[in-house]
Amino acid sequence: MDQVGLYPVLFTSALLFGLGVTGVLTRRNVLIVLMSIELMLNGVNLAFVGFARHLGQVDGHAFAIFVMAVAAAEAAVGLALVLLLFRHKTSVDLETFDLLRG
Amino acid sequence: MNGAPPVAASGLLFNSAPLHALVLGLVVVSLCMGVAAWSIWYERKFAARMQNRPGPTEVGPWGLLQPIADGLKMLQKEDIVPAAVDRPLFELAPLLVVVASLGTLAVIPWGDGLVIADLHIGVLFALALSSLMLLPVWMAGWASNNKYALLGGMRAIAQGVSYEIPLLLAATVPIVLAGSFRLGDIVEAQAGLRWFALWPPGPGAVAFVLFFMASLAEANRIPFDIPEAESELVAGVTVEYTGMKFGMFYLAEYLHTLIASAIAATLFLGGWDMGPLGAGVHWMVLKTLVLFAVIFWIRWSWLRLRADQLMALSWRWLVPLGLVLVMASATWVVLA
Amino acid sequence: MLQAVIFYLLAIATVLSGLAVITRRNPIASAVSLVVTFFFLAALYVMLGAHFVAVTQVLVYAGAVMVLFVFVIMLLNLRGTDPRELPDLAPRGLVGLAVAGFIGMGLVVSIDALRLVDMGPVADDFGTIQQVGTIIFDGTYLLPFEVASALLTVAMVGAVVLAKREI
Repeated sequence: MDQVGLYPVLFTSALLFGLGVTGVLTRRNVLIVLMSIELMLNGVNLAFVGFARHLGQVDGHAFAIFVMAVAAAEAAVGLALVLLLFRHKTSVDLETFDLLRG
Repeated sequence: MNGAPPVAASGLLFNSAPLHALVLGLVVVSLCMGVAAWSIWYERKFAARMQNRPGPTEVGPWGLLQPIADGLKMLQKEDIVPAAVDRPLFELAPLLVVVASLGTLAVIPWGDGLVIADLHIGVLFALALSSLMLLPVWMAGWASNNKYALLGGMRAIAQGVSYEIPLLLAATVPIVLAGSFRLGDIVEAQAGLRWFALWPPGPGAVAFVLFFMASLAEANRIPFDIPEAESELVAGVTVEYTGMKFGMFYLAEYLHTLIASAIAATLFLGGWDMGPLGAGVHWMVLKTLVLFAVIFWIRWSWLRLRADQLMALSWRWLVPLGLVLVMASATWVVLA
Repeated sequence: MLQAVIFYLLAIATVLSGLAVITRRNPIASAVSLVVTFFFLAALYVMLGAHFVAVTQVLVYAGAVMVLFVFVIMLLNLRGTDPRELPDLAPRGLVGLAVAGFIGMGLVVSIDALRLVDMGPVADDFGTIQQVGTIIFDGTYLLPFEVASALLTVAMVGAVVLAKREI
């Protein structure tokens, strides 16, 4: 990676994060929104790993592994919520989950 | 090293690492494909003998050429793709299922240095690929657009996710005992017949049984074959597949079982090392084939578990047992 | 040179498959694209010397998280595609795109300062499981590690409580 440098890695990571944000804000299918969140977390992980490589310290790897643990927990709870919502509304469209709207 | 190919001092067959990986990879993959194909003959013969039948006899002496005949038959069959399938996933699944099972071969050491890619995270690599087997199975179950295939796919995923945890926990025991994730190091830690299945007494043996059970479940073999339970689901995820695509699933099942046997032999039975009897590829092959035969024996002796019993077994018994085993082996390492 | 070419190809493939995740109408197609993204990311991690993180990526994301996703898609039997035009350019969607663009621009501008930073060679044992394990268990990250395990336990119990009809 000596010839590539840190910048392209961070750029890729920012693009992935941006794609994730776009997905969360524009899609209405709950499952795709959850997948977009995973995309954001992966963008962050790539930045951690890139910085770890740049600094020559593996602390970034430890952070990436913590992020994965959080992502796994988030996916489990998120998908359980999706199941629950689907049982009530028979839909995975975010626009139908507006019970709290006055 | 009688029977083993000459190994250079560096542990490589050739001076260049990529060439070593390529040649060894080709040899290992083709041998494993061959063994998997002939094991179908062996299993049919074995099952027939257990049931007091002659088994295949027509093609070649003792029916030995039966796998070739079967292969030719599958190649000739019409390739039927139902109209309502999800075409890309449907076509991709049989390929991926074979690729995912063959990928694990990369890290299995067949002899001292006789490994395609000597990764320092070999065990994790093997387990990660084995967990990936679920994706092609899901693809097949989903893309077939058939309720039996869908049910089979759901069962396969539920079972795979449940048994992955005891599998990982059982594999952790030799890792903790050997202090390394590299399969070669794990074999060397068992040098002199100090197999992890025998020593330390207790955790190793139980972990071996646990690993073997969880591997059977991952490979969807009886008594854990509910995803394809013929009597309930016709053939599970493979129901819409014809000809060679079905053949790929069939082959992948045997390959996966064979490779799981090889990993179990490496992790718990000392791999290529046989203590005073010397070391070499032949011991590794022998151990793998013995475990492989035991799987057939189990298959034709046991009944299938019910779906809910299967889940209860994993979550209520095997996962806690695995945790206890990991703690026990860690305690052993600290005290010894 | 070869390394740079491989890196850029992988990076482009990662971003393109990530793009496919958020633009497919069919959740199945999104899920498959996400799996592909994870694999390309794992390859990028290998290039960056993070072997353990790469294998964990495959094991945790492709092997567990994505399997959970496809299982839910299967369970709900979500066949068919989103009837709406994609990308969804309702006012809400436009606001979303604007916010995402803003965040992305901020990121790009702030990392632009690092353009000239090079990556030197690292030791052979960089990113091995021993190194990562040492740094996690040697004190610095021990508390976060325990907190992460508690979080996972809580999430597991929570998921079971939420999804089970009667306990």
